[in-house]
Amino acid sequence: MKPGIIGKKLGMTQIFNETGQIVPVTVIQAGPCIVVQRKTSDKDGYEAIQIGYVDPSGVKGEGKSSRISRAERMHAESKGVQAVRVLRELKVEKTDEAKPGDQVLVTSFQEKALVHVTGVSKGKGFGGVVKRHHFAGGRATHGSMHHRAPGSIGGSSNPSRVFPGMRMAGHMGHEQVTVRNLEIAKIDSENNLLLIKGAIPGPKGGYVVIRQEA
Amino acid sequence: MSNIVNKIEKTLLKKGLPAITPGDTVKVFVKVKEGEKERVQLFQGVVISLKGDGMRTMFTVRKISSGVGVERIFPLHSPSIDKLEVLRSGKVRRAKLYFLREKLGKSGRLKERQDEASSAE
Repeated sequence: MKPGIIGKKLGMTQIFNETGQIVPVTVIQAGPCIVVQRKTSDKDGYEAIQIGYVDPSGVKGEGKSSRISRAERMHAESKGVQAVRVLRELKVEKTDEAKPGDQVLVTSFQEKALVHVTGVSKGKGFGGVVKRHHFAGGRATHGSMHHRAPGSIGGSSNPSRVFPGMRMAGHMGHEQVTVRNLEIAKIDSENNLLLIKGAIPGPKGGYVVIRQEA
Repeated sequence: MSNIVNKIEKTLLKKGLPAITPGDTVKVFVKVKEGEKERVQLFQGVVISLKGDGMRTMFTVRKISSGVGVERIFPLHSPSIDKLEVLRSGKVRRAKLYFLREKLGKSGRLKERQDEASSAE
């Protein structure tokens, strides 16, 4: 199985590497996670494992039964694992032998390995074309009446419609983003922490999936 | 949540560093890697700036090397700093001593601070 895990973004800081250089890193609380379900092509039409994030602070799931929905609880119960709220799926090979209850830990990763991090980016609200699509905008002064407007969005009589996919103003951010080939700067297996070089999508406290593809 | 980030930063802090302030003349022992070998290089000068806090603290050391002003910026907690020694403390009235860049020769020197710390030595 290719290493993959669910993590919670804790924030950014910097550390020193072996040569004494400063490396900017994102600290991720990566699990511990458990395998909740093994999906097979016979039964589910595709091969995957469903893993759940066990919050080390112990808030979600255990103890506070009111926080966890009945559907979530029963799903975990039917697989005979502890209740978890954050579930994600990872593709696996058909020969993969993961079974419900297996632990997924940061120790499955190696330092210096390149990983892909998928998360939901920070929401930016309704953004204009300058902010959202990096349009240049118009002139600010000298009688210009064209400041941050998009300009022409197409011909009038021909084609007499707006082409699909035309870049316009609209909701920005809060979409799934994957940042690829980030280096693992450090692994703290004792506290289940991953320190990944560079920035990752989403706010502090947001959930991300870290996968190693190569 | 951010407690964990703070904890990580704390483990990187060096202990037993001398308290340095702008105006101090310091000796910085820098580890330099040359191929396989590692040796210690000396950089001695006046601290003209100290900024940031925690493990992000950076300080600038200025010296005049064969008539040319040279400045080096170091992270205070960098593992490549082998040792740090304070030789003298200058009497200064501001936090950033960038005015020293315009001074040449004798006018670029700082008067020694006459407080309890230096008189006790």
